[in-house]
Amino acid sequence: MLYLNDVKKSYLEPNGNVLPVLDIPVFSVDACEQMVIVGRSGCGKSTLLHVIAGISRVNKGSVVVDGIDIAGLSESVRDRFRADTIGYVFQTFNLLPAFTALENVTLGMTFARGRYDPAWARQLLDRVGLSHRLSHKPTAMSVGEQQRVAVARALANRPKLLLADEPTANVDPGNQQQIVDLIRSTCKEENVSLIIVTHTPEVTEQFDRVVRLEEINRVRTLMEQPAA
Amino acid sequence: MSKWKIAWRSIQQRGLASTLTVLSMALGVMLVVAVISIHGLVEQSFRNNSSLGYNMIVGATKGGRLQLVLNTVYYLSQPVENIPYSYFQEFLSAEEIEAYRRAVGTEELGEPRDGKFRLFTKFAIPICMGDYFGQFRVIGTTPQLFDGFVYDLANGKTYEFDAGRNFKTYSEESGYFEAVVGAKVAREKLLEVGHKISATHGDPEGDLHDEHPFTVVGILKSTGTPVDRGVFVNIEGFYLMDGHAKPVAEDPRDVPARPPVPLSVRPTPAWDEPGDQLAADTARNYKPLTVSEREVTAILLKTVNQVVTPGLMNTINEGNVAQAALPVSVIYGLFTTIVGPIQQVLLGLTIMICVVSGVSILVSIYNSMSDRQHEIAVMRALGAGRGTVMAVVLFEAIMLSLGGGLIGFLAGHSLIGMAGPTIEANTGVAIGFLDFPSTKVDEYVDVTGLINVINALLRGVGLESIQGLEVPTELWLIPGLVLLAVLVGLLPAMAAYRTDVSRSLSANP
Repeated sequence: MLYLNDVKKSYLEPNGNVLPVLDIPVFSVDACEQMVIVGRSGCGKSTLLHVIAGISRVNKGSVVVDGIDIAGLSESVRDRFRADTIGYVFQTFNLLPAFTALENVTLGMTFARGRYDPAWARQLLDRVGLSHRLSHKPTAMSVGEQQRVAVARALANRPKLLLADEPTANVDPGNQQQIVDLIRSTCKEENVSLIIVTHTPEVTEQFDRVVRLEEINRVRTLMEQPAA
Repeated sequence: MSKWKIAWRSIQQRGLASTLTVLSMALGVMLVVAVISIHGLVEQSFRNNSSLGYNMIVGATKGGRLQLVLNTVYYLSQPVENIPYSYFQEFLSAEEIEAYRRAVGTEELGEPRDGKFRLFTKFAIPICMGDYFGQFRVIGTTPQLFDGFVYDLANGKTYEFDAGRNFKTYSEESGYFEAVVGAKVAREKLLEVGHKISATHGDPEGDLHDEHPFTVVGILKSTGTPVDRGVFVNIEGFYLMDGHAKPVAEDPRDVPARPPVPLSVRPTPAWDEPGDQLAADTARNYKPLTVSEREVTAILLKTVNQVVTPGLMNTINEGNVAQAALPVSVIYGLFTTIVGPIQQVLLGLTIMICVVSGVSILVSIYNSMSDRQHEIAVMRALGAGRGTVMAVVLFEAIMLSLGGGLIGFLAGHSLIGMAGPTIEANTGVAIGFLDFPSTKVDEYVDVTGLINVINALLRGVGLESIQGLEVPTELWLIPGLVLLAVLVGLLPAMAAYRTDVSRSLSANP
């Protein structure tokens, strides 16, 4: 499903120096696989997800998602590919405050080709237990409910790969497990590969595969970590 | 979900700022609509009505041509002076003079002879003014003005009666005292056929002509012309009102030169006595004025063709008795040289207000962009392209602009509706909430092909072809507002286009 080969990502600093942030020789995720990426804060986990999602472009290497190297695609094609293939759950949910729960879910469908399906959006919200909150705006919902809407939105376009960037970071401990269970179970039911970025040990220990993003010689790279 | 809906949600999200922006635009558009509508409708009305079946007006030399036209056609200005009746007869043939003499039933209209201008005119209708019925003008004229008279040559329209009939030069029932009233007069004064009306002399507050009332014998259908605001009385009855006869010192007769001159021995006016029959008897006893006692305020002329018009006008103007004016060219000149430039300045100012309102849209949206960077980044992360987020911002600007435009349009027409009575009182042009000035599209763009298509469709369903394409002038506001919105929306739209998704997502919302 996902294959990173010799990926290098760097930023140009204001003083003209090049700051390398990612150097990943090889990394892959199988179809329907569920795995977790850990690392300390600020180590580049979000940058890695942006690279995989095609939001950020790599300086070198290939990022193959569902058989297509998105590193070589133009920005507009990458945007469309992302809408069609990749779901994204943000740490801060990032629901749009002007839209209802249902509209937040259908919003993502708007940007994908031929995916606009309000009935499916309702079904997803029903699946995450929010069928009674369709017309509520995010400000009228609890944090846990907002994150469930975000999960439904990420799955709206029937993606092949779901990226979840610290989805439990802003959720109280009581809701953390519910969110993780929800993401994992829906990905399993929909045959979606899952990459969760987290630094919560309770979440990490539930996954068979854990990859650590580590800094070695000022360059961050992925290191497989034995399961607990 | 459409981009329009996404834009609409964004507008809702910033409700107060959006409302204020829309109101700002609405204010500008309201003023533009008011200026366009009032000027357009007044001009349209003036130009349409500047030639109600005639093409030349002859009046006294005192006062300008504009005053002559405004007074005679629109009943607006004050009549300054009169011209002799004998001059009016110069436009008549001997047969016409004789026929009228017989209709009046007097020998005092001079020897029938062909007037020196008669060969150049199709008709000549005398107009006498100076009296009022309430705020409405009383116009003394002949029945010719309404007897199958075509006032709209382009559409072949003639004056029609909603009730009753045309007045007669002399009738058994009312003598010389019959009147026909315009639709607006009848409506406002609640007049019906059979009612008796009396005019005031020289001014709405002037002395009441209580010598003899006129009997309303007809109520005209609405024409949308100044005629709707007129009270038309038989010119013979008009002459018989107090102070309407020209003093003639050398008059050999013993009777004073102040008509009316009742032949009846009864010293008191007939309407003080009960019974219509008595009034009719007395009316019959009035004696029409002589030619030397008569004057006319103006003459409505239709020349036999356009070729003779300049020559006839020059001949009349070279004399010292009267002046001639072509109402169409006088009104055209009025609007081209005086009203037009003023309107252009007003329009320029109101368009500037719209541009300022457009800048307020720019400021409103642009100020919100820093707050919306994160939302835009989220949409981009969900798969929206740069063009999509740019379009959403542009659509937002267009919706604010058009929303303001719609409110401004309604407010502008409400303003016009409220100002309508004042405008009508000052210009004689009736303007209502639902009146829209129109523009001929082919004056601006070549729409021959479109007109051909429309005509083919019309012929297909058995309807008449159209000659040109007219659209409400205010329709031009729509592309104008869209263009303005696109221009002012471009800057924030570019900001949306350039949003750094990765950085905005990493920043806290």
